[in-house]
Amino acid sequence: MKETSTIVKTISRCVVGFIFLYGLYIVCYGHLTPGGGFTGGVILASAFVLEMLAWGKEEALKSLPFRLAKPFDSAGALAFLVLGLLGLLLGGDFFVNVIQKAYPGKPFSLFNAGIIPLCNIAIAIKVCASLFLVILVLSVLRVAAGGGTEDDLTTQEEE
Amino acid sequence: MINLLTLVLIFMIIGAIISIWTTDLLSAIIAVGAVGFGSSVVFLLLRAPDVALAPVVVEVLMLVILIRATVGRDVHTIGSAREIFGLSVAAVLVLLLLAFAVHAIGGLPEFGEPVMARVADAPASYYLENGLSQTGSANIVTAVLLDFRGYDTLGEATVLFGAILGAMTLLRRKSRTDKPRQE
Repeated sequence: MKETSTIVKTISRCVVGFIFLYGLYIVCYGHLTPGGGFTGGVILASAFVLEMLAWGKEEALKSLPFRLAKPFDSAGALAFLVLGLLGLLLGGDFFVNVIQKAYPGKPFSLFNAGIIPLCNIAIAIKVCASLFLVILVLSVLRVAAGGGTEDDLTTQEEE
Repeated sequence: MINLLTLVLIFMIIGAIISIWTTDLLSAIIAVGAVGFGSSVVFLLLRAPDVALAPVVVEVLMLVILIRATVGRDVHTIGSAREIFGLSVAAVLVLLLLAFAVHAIGGLPEFGEPVMARVADAPASYYLENGLSQTGSANIVTAVLLDFRGYDTLGEATVLFGAILGAMTLLRRKSRTDKPRQE
């Protein structure tokens, strides 16, 4: 693959942190301002994808290793499901907002709305990891001849 | 209403069984498509038109993609006499659909006028009135997405999970059992 230019590399290195921070903001303030887990997760993933496009997949895999992304993907989905089941166990119905019912927070403050921010965070982890994985897998593992295998992803982390 | 629902469900079950048992690939795809459109009708009967739209879109896309994938392998050529019959049936269906669409457009609310202005007990007005007090979330979109319709969001997350699972499984070159140990 052809190397990207110095301008692209420098600018992307400066910008990646801000994109990641903005994604975190979108996730954490999902219950107060526009945005939420899905939107924020996509922005978080786009930070890693930008790194991958500018610096190559080796650099992106240093930030979010393949063996971490896979458990993150599953853990996010599982955490969301557990939050739903928590409502079933403690509140009687699936997805009852038990925390909000027990400790109703002040409206328009960061720590309120019960399980909603927690759901947002779980979804964000899930969406971020899975989008990064989809793009990584589609660009690295190819069905056609000349493509890499899963070993290409796992061996590089060990170096 | 229940009887119609039962009929559609039986139709869907028959379609699913046919799609499994038939040896003809094209027939199987058409049967699967019929099941999908049946699910859309079911959601319409259960008064969830927004959910009914999703299967229609997905089914049309899947039908086109799947038929494109099977063309050249397992496709039947149709004689000229049957072609005229098929074309006339298609034309009648399209005209019928057009008539329904023109009728339906007349029933749409005016631009900028929400449905809840017309239907007083629409769920939307309930969400707007009780969203903040019941969920504590100032962002009403998040309140609907994660509290009132949490099931829906869980389904979306599951779809995403299935998509990445499928991509990882299909694009892997070696199966895990065939892989020689490199130790």
